Amino acid sequence: MVIQALVDQGVVDVFGYPGGAVLPIYDALFQQDKVEHVLVRHEQGAVHAAEGYARSTGKVGVVLVTSGPGATNAVTGLTDALMDSIPVVCITGQVATHLIGNDAFQECDTVGITRPCTKHNYLVKDVNDLGRVLNEAFYVASNGRPGPVVVDIPKDVQFATGTYDVAKTVRHKTYQPRIKGDQHAIRAAVDAMTSARKPIIYSGGGVINSGPSASRLLRNLVEMTGFPITSTLMGLGAYPAAGKHWLGMLGMHGTYEANMAMHDCDVMICIGARFDDRITGRIDAFSPNSTKIHVDIDASSINKNVHVDIPIIGDCGHVLEDMIRIWKARSVQPDKADMKAWWDQIDEWRGRDCLKFEQPDDYIMPQYAIQRLYELTKDRETYITTEVGQHQMWAAQFYRFEEPNRWMTSGGLGTMGYGLPAAIGAQRAHPDALVIDIAGEASILMNMQEMSTAIQHKLPVKVFILNNEYMGMVRQWQQLLHGNRLSHSYMDSLPDFVKLAEAYGGVGIRAEKPDELDDAIKEMIAANGPVLFDCRVHKLANCYPMIPSGQAHNNMLLGDEPELQEVSDAGKVLV
Amino acid sequence: MTPPATIESHTISIIVDNEPGVLARVIGLFSGRGYNIDSLTVTETEQESHLSRITIVTAGTPMVIEQIKAQLERLVPVHTVADLTVQGASLERELALIKVIGKGEKRVEALRLADAFRARVVDASTGSFVFEITGRTKKIDQFISLMQELGLVEVARTGVAAISRGENGGNGTG
Repeated sequence: MVIQALVDQGVVDVFGYPGGAVLPIYDALFQQDKVEHVLVRHEQGAVHAAEGYARSTGKVGVVLVTSGPGATNAVTGLTDALMDSIPVVCITGQVATHLIGNDAFQECDTVGITRPCTKHNYLVKDVNDLGRVLNEAFYVASNGRPGPVVVDIPKDVQFATGTYDVAKTVRHKTYQPRIKGDQHAIRAAVDAMTSARKPIIYSGGGVINSGPSASRLLRNLVEMTGFPITSTLMGLGAYPAAGKHWLGMLGMHGTYEANMAMHDCDVMICIGARFDDRITGRIDAFSPNSTKIHVDIDASSINKNVHVDIPIIGDCGHVLEDMIRIWKARSVQPDKADMKAWWDQIDEWRGRDCLKFEQPDDYIMPQYAIQRLYELTKDRETYITTEVGQHQMWAAQFYRFEEPNRWMTSGGLGTMGYGLPAAIGAQRAHPDALVIDIAGEASILMNMQEMSTAIQHKLPVKVFILNNEYMGMVRQWQQLLHGNRLSHSYMDSLPDFVKLAEAYGGVGIRAEKPDELDDAIKEMIAANGPVLFDCRVHKLANCYPMIPSGQAHNNMLLGDEPELQEVSDAGKVLV
Repeated sequence: MTPPATIESHTISIIVDNEPGVLARVIGLFSGRGYNIDSLTVTETEQESHLSRITIVTAGTPMVIEQIKAQLERLVPVHTVADLTVQGASLERELALIKVIGKGEKRVEALRLADAFRARVVDASTGSFVFEITGRTKKIDQFISLMQELGLVEVARTGVAAISRGENGGNGTG
C-alpha cells in the first residue's frame, strides 16, 4: 500500500536505510520496479539527499527509515528541511501498535520527537487510513510553505491488508493555504513602488520554492521597474548574477552595496524572504526609513521580526504576476532623475569593491579557488551544494548563479554535513549534470560516510574541499569575540583526503599552489566517479564583508580594515 | 525606535480536529516559541464532527499576540482561531472547587461570604466545606483571597471557557 501511494504521487526515487521495523515495506520495495531506492550510510544523509533532490527538482523528496535510531538520526535533516522550507516526506517504521509505549527494542516516540521539527506528522494505527494519510502527507509537504512531513507506520500496520481508496486529488479539509494575494494590498504595494525614490527588491527562497515561473516573473519585474535587487542566501539564482540590477547577496556576509542599499532605501519589496537575523543585523537599526512590502505565503512570517507596512499573504508567483499586471496598467512611473541618483549612489558603494582580495603566487586564496571553479564550470549544467562555514559564504559570494534550483545550502539550521548527501540527491535527480559539493575539511567529515553511497549508486559527485585545517568560521568568531583564543577550532589529525577518496573507491586530487589549480579542477570535472578534491588554501583567510553581531546592517567590517571593532556585550550573546 | 509595547492579555479560542497529539502541538508551539499560557481549557465540543475547542488565555505585546494567532493557524489540524478579546464582548467563565477548613466564627463567615458570591456548598463535614463557584476569573480570585483568612486549604480550577456574544457562530467567524 505504501508503494502504491508513492507510485500514485509520482515518486521515482527514495532515500533510505532498512531496519527491523520497516522490513515489510522494504520487502514490498524488493518485489517491484517502479520505485527505486538509494541506500545511504546514515539516516541524516537520507534526509539531506532528499532535500537536495527536492531543491534541485521542485518535487517532494522521499525518505524511508526504520524506528528508534533510524528516526532520531533523521531529526537533524528534518529540522533542516523545516527551517529552509523544503518539501520532504519521511516514512518511519514503528514497533507494532501493541508494543508502543512499552520501551520495546528500537522504539522511540517518533511523532513526539518530530512534532516540533516537522510541518506535520502522523502515526497511522489503522491500515485503512494509510492510503489517505500518505497522499495527504504529500499534499501538506508541498502546498503552502513547503516543509517536512513524517508518517510513522507501526510494523503490524505494514503487514496488514486494507482498502486503498484515495481520491485522485487530495485536498486537506482544513489545511488550504492562501495562494492569491489580496488585490488591495498588491495595489497599495504598486502605489508605493511607483512613488519610490530609492527602492530595492529583496528576494528569498520563497521565489525558488514557488517554481521556475516565479523566478521568470521576478526577472520581468526587475527589468520592468529598473529597481536594484538583492537576495538572501536561499534565494540565489532566482535573479541571475549576471543581471545588471544585481547587487549580490545581502546579510551578515553579503555585499557592501546590498546592505547599504537595504539600509538607505525608501521602499523595500521583500518577496519570499523572512527578515532573518542574518539579514537584519541589529533589529532596531534595520532600514529605518523605508516603507516595507512583504510577500509571503506564511502569515506567521509577517511582522515576526520586523514590522512591515504592506503585508501580502500569497504565493510569490501569483503575487508577482498581479504586481506586474497592475504596474503595466499604471501611467505613473518612478521619477527618472531620482532613480538615476539612486543608481549613482549604488555605483559609488559598488566602487568600494567589498569582495576584493589579493591572490599571491605561493598559496591559494579560498576566494580564488571558488572563482576558478566557477570559471571552469559555468558553461556546464552545474549544481552546487555546500556544507556550512566560511567556504559556504565564499561560495555564495564568488560562485555566480544564473538559474534557480542550482544552489543548495543549509541556510536556516546551518547544518555541517549537509553538502555531500545533498549533492548525492541532486546528482540522482540529474544524472548527467555536474554536481559539486563545495566543502570545508571540518564539515565534510560530519557525513563523510556518504562517499560510500555515491560509489555504490554510481553518482559521480565532486567534493571540492577548501582545506585550511581550521573550523574557519568558528575561528573567525573567536578572533572577533573571544580575544583570539582559538578554543578547539583547529583540525588536528586530519585524514589524507586523497587516500581517503581512494579507500572509498573514488578519485582523490590535491592542489596546493595557484598555478596547479586550473588543471586539477579540470581533472576533477573529467573524472568519471566521485572525487574528493583537497584544495589547500590559505589558513588564515577570513570571510568579509561581515556585519558583526549586534551591529547595524550598514556597519560592516570590510576585509581591508584589519583592526577589529569592539563588539558590545549585547552583540556577544548573539550567534 | 518604537516605544516598548505594552503586554496585553488575550483570550484565544481555537477549533481543532480532535485527534491524538493535537493538544501537544498547541502546547508545544507555546513552549517552543516562548509564549505564555495563563489558562488553558480543552474538551471535545462537537462529537459528530470530532471537533474540540481549546481556549487559551495568553499575554504578550500586540506583535506577539499576532504571531501566536498566525502560528496557530499554520498548524494543520487547526480549523479556526478567534481572538475573543479583539472581537469585543465575549463571555468568559471559570469554575472552581474550594475547600475550607474551620470552626466557629470563621466557619460561619465563610458560609456567609460564599452566599454573597453565589458559591454553592457541594460537600460539608463538621469541620469543612467544599464550595463550588463559577464566574469570571477576577471574581474567583477575589473569593479565593477572602477564603485565605478563613481556612482555605485546597483549590481546583478549570481554567477559562469563553464564547463570543450575539449571533456570531462558528468560533466568531461564521
